[in-house]
Parts: sequence; C-alpha cells; structure tokens
Amino acid sequence: MAQATVDELQGLTTADGTPLRQALHRAERRAKVRAFLLVAPLLVFLTVTFIYPIAQMLFRSVHDATIVELLPRTAEAFPAWEDRTQLPPESVFAAFAADLKETRENRTIGQVATRVNFEEGGLRSTFTRTARHIDDVEDPPSWRDWLIEDNADWGKLDTWAVLERLSHPINALQYLAAVDLEYNTQGEVVAVPPERQIYVPIFVRTLWMSLLVTGMTLLLGYPIAYFLATLPLRTSNLLMIMVLLPFWTSLLVRTTSWIVILGTEGVLNDILVWAGILSDEGRIQLIYNQTGTVIAMTQILLPFMVLPLYSVMKTISPSYMRAAMSLGAPRFLAFWRVYAPNTLPGVGAGALLVFILSIGYYITPALVGGRTGQMISNFIAFHMQSSLNWGLAAALGGILLAGVLILYALYNRLVGVEKLSLG
Amino acid sequence: MANKNDVLVRFTDVQKSYDGETLVVKNLNIDISRGEFLTLLGPSGSGKTTTLMMLAGFETPTHGDVELSGRRLNNVPPHKRDIGMVFQNYALFPHMTVYENLAFPLQVRKKSKSETEERVKRALDMVQLGSFGNRRPAQLSGGQQQRVALARALVFEPTLVLMDEPLGALDKQLREHMQLEIKHLHEQLGITVVYVTHDQSEALTMSDRIAVFNDGVIQQLATPSDLYERPENAFVAQFIGENNKLSGKVSRLNGANACTVTLDSGGEVEALPVNVGGEGSATTLSLRPERVLIDPPEGTLPNIFDAKVEELIYLGDHIRTRCSVAGSDDFVVKVPNAQGHSRLQEGSQVKLGWAVEDCRALDP
Repeated sequence: MAQATVDELQGLTTADGTPLRQALHRAERRAKVRAFLLVAPLLVFLTVTFIYPIAQMLFRSVHDATIVELLPRTAEAFPAWEDRTQLPPESVFAAFAADLKETRENRTIGQVATRVNFEEGGLRSTFTRTARHIDDVEDPPSWRDWLIEDNADWGKLDTWAVLERLSHPINALQYLAAVDLEYNTQGEVVAVPPERQIYVPIFVRTLWMSLLVTGMTLLLGYPIAYFLATLPLRTSNLLMIMVLLPFWTSLLVRTTSWIVILGTEGVLNDILVWAGILSDEGRIQLIYNQTGTVIAMTQILLPFMVLPLYSVMKTISPSYMRAAMSLGAPRFLAFWRVYAPNTLPGVGAGALLVFILSIGYYITPALVGGRTGQMISNFIAFHMQSSLNWGLAAALGGILLAGVLILYALYNRLVGVEKLSLG
Repeated sequence: MANKNDVLVRFTDVQKSYDGETLVVKNLNIDISRGEFLTLLGPSGSGKTTTLMMLAGFETPTHGDVELSGRRLNNVPPHKRDIGMVFQNYALFPHMTVYENLAFPLQVRKKSKSETEERVKRALDMVQLGSFGNRRPAQLSGGQQQRVALARALVFEPTLVLMDEPLGALDKQLREHMQLEIKHLHEQLGITVVYVTHDQSEALTMSDRIAVFNDGVIQQLATPSDLYERPENAFVAQFIGENNKLSGKVSRLNGANACTVTLDSGGEVEALPVNVGGEGSATTLSLRPERVLIDPPEGTLPNIFDAKVEELIYLGDHIRTRCSVAGSDDFVVKVPNAQGHSRLQEGSQVKLGWAVEDCRALDP
C-alpha cells in the first residue's frame, strides 16, 4: 500500500478485495439516506403547500379551457373560419347555436358569459339573452341570420374574434391584460386606450413605493444598526429590544395604530394644530394615501433592514476605523472609505429583503392605502376574491414573481449571492 | 541617525481610569528618545495597551500630559498625530488590495499620484512583497499580512511607530523571524518604535529599553540586560526569565553590598541588598537558575547548601534540575549538557552554591 502511486489509486481495493470507490460509496450512502430522511418531511410540506400551488397558479395564468370545454363544437368549427375580415361561415354559427343550447340545459351559460365578459365588457348579457331565446328555435334556415337578428352583437367581427381567441386553451390573453395590452379587430396586439390602462401604472407605482420604502429603511436603519454594533453590550441590548419589539406586535395592530397617529383628526395633526404649525382647516391628509402607506410600511419593514446590517457590522473589527484614523484619515473619511464599503453585503441583503417584501405587500396598503396607496398585490387580491378572474390574478402574480427573480439575478450578477448576509 | 538623547515622546504624570473608581494607569512618567525601540511589557490588564492607545489618540488621559516632539497631544485627534500603528490583528482593509492599503495614508494626505506610486513600491520592496500589490489581504499568509501592515504603518514616514502585539497571531518560528526583521528595519530606518507585548523573550530580543508594567505602574524601565541581570523588584525578577525565590528576613546589613538573610526554613544566606528595608524586614531572594553551581569547591562561595535532586528534565542543550533546598522544593538549576553532568541522579544528594552578587534581596 505504501508504494501506491496516483495511477494505482484507480485500482485500489480494501482488505477484503472490494474496490475502494465502491466501499467508500457504500459507507457514505447510509449517511446520505439519513440526511435525506431528515429533510423529507420539509420537502413534502414545501411541495404540497408551496411549489404545487405556485405551479398551478402559473399554469392557470396561461391555460383557460372554459370555452373549449363548454362550447366544444364551436371550438372545433373555428379552423373553418379562414377569412378573418368576414364573419365566420355558417358552420361556425350552427356549431355555436348547438353549443349554446347545451349550455342552457347544463346551466353552464353563466360561466361562458362571465369568461367572455372579462375580455369584452357587455358581452355577458348578449350571451345570456340569446341563450334564453334559442330554446324555442328549431333549425332555422340560417343560424347566422337568426343570431344576428336576435342580437346585433353576433354580426360584429369583434365578438367572434374574442370567442376564437378564447377557444385556444393555452393563450397569453391574461398576460396581455395584465400589462394593459389587447388584440384589435385585425388581431394585432395594441395598447388599450389610456383611460382603461390600470395595471402598468400600478406596477410602476408598486416599484416606486417599494424603492421609496427600501431607501427610507436604509436611511433610518443604518445608524441604528451602527449603534447596535458599536455601543456597549448593555445599551445595545436595550436598543435591540426596541428594534425587535415591533416584530412581536401584530401587524394589524401596528398598522391600525398608524391610523390613530396619522389620521386627519389623529395625534400628529392635533399636535401640529396645537403647536400652531397648521390651521384647523389646513389639517394634512397623511393616511389613506401613498404617504401613509410608505410611512407605515417603512416602520413595519425596518427590522428587516436593521438585522442584516447589524449582523454584518458586528463582524467589522473596530480596529479598521482606528487603523484608518491612525493612517491620517479624519473620522468621516475613515468611515466612508473603510467602514462603509465593508457594510455593503449587509446593505445589499437588507435592501433586497425589504424590496422583495414590500413589492408584494398587502395588508398595510389595503388598510391605510386609500385609493392612491394601493399596490399590485391589492389588485391580485381583488381578482382572487371579488371579480373571481383567477387567470388575471395569476398573470399579475406571475409578472411579480418574474420581476423579483430578475432582481435577484441582477443582484447575484452585481454583488454575488454568496456575499448576502442575513445574519 | 538622530541624537539618541533627543526626547520625542514624554508622558508626564499620566493617569487613566475607565470607570472613575480604579486607575488602569497610575502616575506614568516616561521619556522616549528619538530613534529608540521601547517595549512596554507586562501581563494582560497591566495598563500597557492603554498607554499605547493614549499615545495613538484612541484613549484620552484622565490626568496628565502626553507630548510628541514638544507638542501637547491631549487634544490632537488621532489622524493629526502622524503616528503609524500596527495592530494586533493587522487591521488591513479587506476590501482594498495591498497596493490600495498602502496608498491609503498617502491619498488622505493628498500626495500626487506619482509620489504615491513610488512610495508604495519602495515600502513593498522594503518588506520583500514587491509583486503582491494586486492581491487582497485575504489571499496572503499571516506573515505576509504582518509585513503589509508594517509597510502601511511606515509608508507615510511617521515620526513614531506604535506596535500592539503585532506578532501575537503568528506561529513560533515565523514570530522569531519577524522579530529580527522588525529589529533590522528599525535599525535601518532609524525610526522610533513603541512596542507592546506580553512575551518577555520578544521584548528582550528587540528592544533598546523595556518598561515592565504591572498593575498600572512601571515596575522597572531598563535595558534588556539590566532587566534580566539586575531586576529591582520581585515582580520583574519573576516576570523576566526564570527565577528561584527564597523568602526570609534581613537579619544583618553589612554595608551597601552585602546583607545576611535568615530564611524562613532557618538557613542563613549572604545576599546583595537591592530593595529591602532595614534589619528585620521581610525579603524575597532572587536567583537565576544558571547562576547556581552544583557541588562547588569548598570555601569558594559564601552560600553553600545541601540539596536533594528531585527531578531531571532533559532539554537538549541543558538539563533542568529541580532540587529541594533550604525549604523550597521548586528550586531550579540549569545544568549545561556538558561532560560530567551524568553523575546527577534523581534522589541523589548534592551541594548548591552561589555568589553574593547573584543573589538579590528584593521586596517581599
């Protein structure tokens, strides 16, 4: 054995003749299996509660089989419609009439009408009314003429174009809607008229407010973290408790207490009026708008900035500052050139954390956001709970997810995730 | 080299307290000459690092004055003191390359680019790291980091260089190598160095003078040889080198250069009175192990005692021999590993003898 060279290592065996590699593999397998079994419950839990729902949501954002399932004949007949400048041929009309009768019998007409209505407002009543009338009709000479006579909408190219687009189970309609785009009659993708644009402005506002909150938490959190890391243990422990205290208070309580403080008749306005800074009529609106949302979110997310900063600053030896000063740098220059660059991993981690949390923030904007403080997650919740347009909610969520992933990749590229320090 | 007697740093009646109850430094007075290598030596908590920090400007004296080149330093902030400092953990800036680390003190002094470049190059060459400019501190070994820290403290040609246990993190061999290197740099450049360490052999190797600190007070300030051979009190004798202690009472003072001490165990020893009170006062006798002779010829030495060899420890160049003599069973004698040592056996009876001037009677 003592003479074994590197070349011979390939053929090394244990005392009983098993190849060394195999023996090593076998010896390590038990440890690997044990490690896997230990994390298996978490893996199952995450798959069921996290990965599967997200995958399903993302699938829902591009997959919509309502029309294919409920109007199967129509969907099948659409390929016969070749000249898109003309109305579809009689075969499509006939297939549609048959489908419509069936939806009336199966009581599924409501679902069809709702789905179509998301694409083109006003079509709901067209569908439900015609379905009511079609029961009594038996094989007219031309279904096309009968339908157009029943409701002029059936004579419009747009109506059929919408139905045709929905007859493809995989489509990008929800994503187009989520970025304020639509198909025109010619089938081209165009921006919706400015007065109907909703989501792009909301995305921009969400981004802007998140950046603002990130900047504010950094501005407020950096000095706190610095004192936490440099003050004597007894003082810094007290300070740490004050930083963590909000963590232990309910989010709802904290948000509503901001209503008490910032309201028009609230504490802050009362003080300002009492001090003579504001007149009683000139009370400022600090809540139920963007200002209130940013203030409340900054307070709530502050610990997420302070803790990563603190954990990085704690590792920076005080001798760096001393060395810089002994080398001739005044205190501020020493701080700027030597201390601050070493806190960058903490700044990156804190900023990324706060930004990602605030870009998807829901409760606070919902409670104190008013009209101008609403963020994209409030619209996602609206489409999940009120309008029941889950496809659009999924598409909005998908865009948000993609945005966060892109930011994360950008951060990784610029700073490197391995430098991320969350404590 | 500048005149050795030219005082560069002067501490006058300096006191320092952190909590307002105890003094970490009690009434400190030192003059440090230009070009001198002065070491502050002492156990941890003895006030040596505090003294250094007061000189660097990171601690303010509670009382007294610190002067540098005749200028009172008390209200001068650290960055205006023009003092280079090497820290215990080197404190190299991790986000800068070696070159940037060295250029830093020159940049903050607004030196021109060409001068900065030239001076950094010279400093790097001086510590034999000429080709390491583009590396980060983390890519260097401990010894290399140490040299960079040294170069950085010297590159702006400060009037004074402070070193706070700079070799503490290195292994023994490298430490001994660096000790010589720093000593040679000091000799070549003629700089003034104040060096803090708790390692007495390091202090003996490098220093012109050593200030031994204990309990916030300088116990003795002297050259290495004086400190070792002529310690003035029991703490210094014990702290520097190996020492044998015998305690007793002064029974008779025989002029300035001799006294008779009655040991607690009963014997009488002729000793050199260094730091004793009058007759009858308690004293500790200090004896270096290498100054004790085994079986000296009869009548040659005034102090000869019967002893028993308790233990022999073989150390290559000498044999540490632990004996029990005059009531002490921890009396060490160094026997050179020369011919004839082998007659010593554990348990054998020998005679130990020493001269009057090697046996110093110090404070109890």
